[in-house]
Amino acid sequence: MPEAWKSADMMNVAAARELHDGDVCLVGVGPPNLAANLARHTHAPSCRLVYESGAIDAKPRRLPLSIGDDDLAATATSVVSVPEMFNYWVGAGRIDVGFLGAAQIDRFGNINTTVIGPHDNPKTRLPGAGGAPEIAANAGRVIVIVKQSPRTFVERVDFVTSVGYGPTGRERQSPGAGPTLVITDHGVLEPDPETNELTMTRLHPGVTAEQARAATGWELKLADDVQEVPAPTEVELDMLRRLRAREVIDA
Amino acid sequence: MPSPVPLDEAIATHVRDGDTVALEGFTHLIPFAAAHEIARQGRRNLKLVRMTPDVVYDQLIGLGVADELVFSYGGNPGVGSLHRLRDAVEKHWPHKLVVHEHSHAGLANAYVAGAARLPFAVLRGYRGTDLEQQSDIISRITCPFTGEELAAVKAVNPDVSVIHAQLADRDGNVMLWGLTGVQREAVLAADRAIVTVEEIVDEFPDRTGAVILPEWALAAVSVVPGGAWPSYALGYSTRDNDFYQQWDAVSRDRGAFLAWAKENGLEAAADA
Repeated sequence: MPEAWKSADMMNVAAARELHDGDVCLVGVGPPNLAANLARHTHAPSCRLVYESGAIDAKPRRLPLSIGDDDLAATATSVVSVPEMFNYWVGAGRIDVGFLGAAQIDRFGNINTTVIGPHDNPKTRLPGAGGAPEIAANAGRVIVIVKQSPRTFVERVDFVTSVGYGPTGRERQSPGAGPTLVITDHGVLEPDPETNELTMTRLHPGVTAEQARAATGWELKLADDVQEVPAPTEVELDMLRRLRAREVIDA
Repeated sequence: MPSPVPLDEAIATHVRDGDTVALEGFTHLIPFAAAHEIARQGRRNLKLVRMTPDVVYDQLIGLGVADELVFSYGGNPGVGSLHRLRDAVEKHWPHKLVVHEHSHAGLANAYVAGAARLPFAVLRGYRGTDLEQQSDIISRITCPFTGEELAAVKAVNPDVSVIHAQLADRDGNVMLWGLTGVQREAVLAADRAIVTVEEIVDEFPDRTGAVILPEWALAAVSVVPGGAWPSYALGYSTRDNDFYQQWDAVSRDRGAFLAWAKENGLEAAADA
């Protein structure tokens, strides 16, 4: 297979495809921002982008670098304060899809973005919670975008910043469905319908089950009939490139 | 608060060593110039509060201004780490920084409670997270009507809040628009509020969704055009994304950071 794309491209494309036209999507910095805008410019033109900075239905003309870029407020249907965003929109369950990242994730989708090591004397200080705990709790479904490695996919997270399905997979009490998809550079994991254990259900083209196992810090469960994710199309790759170059796309 | 005062005078009058100080502005309208003035005047032992510490607190932390930090997301948006914040927490340079951390929803609501002069706010969050271990700022409460267990966050009431806005009028009323973040709450939660503005106008324009703060709720207004740079003021400037990206290299290295402080007349403020 010609290497016209990298695993990171595949990850972003796979994430974008999971956004349905018309979804209300809460977008954070980094890969989620890229995936959500890719979806909007390809198969889901009517998905609604909500940025936690307060912009509702933002239609950025080029990929915003931060969630507070001027283009977001300028193109939004409505701009609300941060307390309003979290109380009336996120907390009240008006978000269909939330994208989250993770520094560590365990087999039950619990996420750490706070510290590596003890909280009061960390080895690595990470950015912290931001909007993630409320998105994890209240979004209709949560899509985690994260590169898969034994450092990231750990038996036990050092700190629970955002709750997936709880310590043994059975403790989730929040209104949203939780992390229904974890999209990595290796493929896609979904919670087992009975145990909520993240199970590899799809692999990206060229990725083997062995590679996925080696990139996981616990004994990875694979679905009986693992599917192959369709390779990125020319249209997807071209739009991804234009977004990354921060080209003005909507005139 | 009648007529505008110079920024140095506003800071000298209202910001004291050991104060709890909130500089708010969610990516937009971050009061950088006021932050630099606080550092320039050698303030120490501050407890800094801010949802997104951003580059502005990375600078103040690196300069040794803060002993404690209350925050909810400590990254350089779209770029990566805040290296001065990390160095202070991980390696205690220039000295140890004690952190108290919330989620965005938690800290936003702590400001809301502060603005309302209530002791705490409730929200449906935090359950099952390790953030709850910080029992001095996050707890649980049972709803007296439904019996539902909810999270409670302790109110934040800064001694001083500082924001940047687009406009003040001749009476000292202040107007801001665009992404207005948590600024209204931060101002009303504080004992004293300082606002820097782009300009003074005779009359405010019609602006849908603008926040207007009456002069009698403010302690001081200072005219500081460009006072949000490298953040921005909608209608006056755009975010200097290049600066945010370049800050990564400057802040990664203590020497490069101190050289930056020197170039910007902040070297006297630095501890090192």
